[in-house]
Amino acid sequence: MANIITDETIDYVGILAKLELSREEKEAAKNDMSRMLDYIDKLNQLDTTQVEPMSHVFSMNNVFREDVVTNGDDRDNILKNAPEQKEGAFKVPKTVE
Amino acid sequence: MSILKMTALELGRKIRSGDITVPEATQAVLERIRTQEPAIHAYVTVDEEGALKRAAQVQARIQDRTLVSPLAGVPVAVKDNLCTKGLRTTCGSNILYNFAPTYTAEAVLNLEKAGAVVLGKTNMDEFAMGSTTETSAFGVTRNPRNTDHVPGGSSGGSCAAVAAGECFYALGSDTGGSIRQPSAFCGVTGIKPTYGTVSRYGLIAYGSSLDQVGPVAKNVSDCAAVLEAIASYDKKDSTSIPRKDLDFTSALVDDVKGMKIGIPRDYLGEGLDHEVREGVMRAAGVLKDRGAVVEEFDLSLVEYAIPAYYVIASAEASSNLSRFDGVKYGLRAKEYEGLHQMYKKSRSEGFGPEVKRRIMLGSFVLSSGYYDAYYLKALRTKALIKQAFDKAFRDYDVILGPAAPTTAPKLGESLKDPLKMYLGDIYTVSVNLAGIPAMTVPCGTDSGGLPIGLQLMGDCFQEKKIIRAAYTFEQTDREGI
Repeated sequence: MANIITDETIDYVGILAKLELSREEKEAAKNDMSRMLDYIDKLNQLDTTQVEPMSHVFSMNNVFREDVVTNGDDRDNILKNAPEQKEGAFKVPKTVE
Repeated sequence: MSILKMTALELGRKIRSGDITVPEATQAVLERIRTQEPAIHAYVTVDEEGALKRAAQVQARIQDRTLVSPLAGVPVAVKDNLCTKGLRTTCGSNILYNFAPTYTAEAVLNLEKAGAVVLGKTNMDEFAMGSTTETSAFGVTRNPRNTDHVPGGSSGGSCAAVAAGECFYALGSDTGGSIRQPSAFCGVTGIKPTYGTVSRYGLIAYGSSLDQVGPVAKNVSDCAAVLEAIASYDKKDSTSIPRKDLDFTSALVDDVKGMKIGIPRDYLGEGLDHEVREGVMRAAGVLKDRGAVVEEFDLSLVEYAIPAYYVIASAEASSNLSRFDGVKYGLRAKEYEGLHQMYKKSRSEGFGPEVKRRIMLGSFVLSSGYYDAYYLKALRTKALIKQAFDKAFRDYDVILGPAAPTTAPKLGESLKDPLKMYLGDIYTVSVNLAGIPAMTVPCGTDSGGLPIGLQLMGDCFQEKKIIRAAYTFEQTDREGI
């Protein structure tokens, strides 16, 4: 395998991805990721120095609209989906002392 | 003819003529669901009560002639990544196990305007990540053509529901082949439209630059009619495209004389099952006999589509799925210390292995130091793939090939080796990268009786050409059998 994924890399990616992986999951992730990256390295066979990255297939510009509220207040229904709520707001663990 | 054997348009006609009522049709299909589900499990949620209530309302509006659409009163199944107001929408994931959206996806709203009766929500690979519907948190779906086999994925529930007569048509979504490959495996017809044709509003995002909603149905005519109903310009989707040519049923013409059809040699090489190859070449022969000009050509770059796709799709997924954090909806871990650990634990408990794998890969390719080498490289490759299609469509009206390299694999065989499973997407992913439309129509079976799917691809906005070719093939092949 050309791409060796270290424990540090997996831990760092876990932080970015906001995932807490078990020891077994980390080992599997190291193996899976290095295999995928080896495969993805195939793209380096292509000379793309003169090619612009294409994020959208059609040449689109930003689509603007007036910032006007068109939907009604659906707060109560939206909050019904929240795991915890309090006084019309999403409840989360204390974050500021 | 029994109600369940009818196509969506046939049933629609019978409903409008008063021969069948909407509650009758809905009852018949709900009874079919009850008998089939123990063996197939195409649905995550069946909304029997809602469907019957809606059926009565639609019937009244058909009778007073305020609903006249060809699909009015016809029951439909909706993939579980399309939001339906008040009806549980899970995306096949534990993290959304109890999520009841407060609004309905635009594509589903368009169907409701046409008088559709929503039966329920179909099973899918978790967040549409998978090719077998085996990564669903709610159990596997089985292929109605042979229940030892997978239905394909990720729209496996939608395709199985259509194949098993558990709905008259369904909605799916296609990010890398998720309508076309399961349609092939289940022997049904499905279209992935040009990017931007169907609004993505209310479609829970996987790879936003690749995702499109599309129909799955019993035949080409139904597919064209459903696409006509769901396609619309929508200000709520900033990638939606205003189009004036949405009359897709006008392309149901039984004639391909002079149509130029190209078969990429790169789609017929190593890895393609010989029976699938024979089925596809036989179909090409049928179109040639009907007067199409059919020839092989080199598309090029086919082998680079999968690595480019997995970089782009995973990158977008890692960003899109950051919204699932245990705050606003869905699962929250029971035990945690502080906000940050609540996020991490909720996500780790809520997501399955394939979703975590892609979020990890996506986070990696977007991280500083790797962004240029992987993410931008994949976007440059996408530009080259688009150019290759542009060049091909200067010579051909339609590109023809297989939808998948094999027929449906057995249950339990695919997830052991993710990379191998990804390689099964080789004939479908480049269509999403290029934004072009493509459809699958059944073209026979292999020696085991499993369906083979023919894939027809068109240039951007040229759905009508592939619908015409598919319709001609279907009409001719049906007479042939």
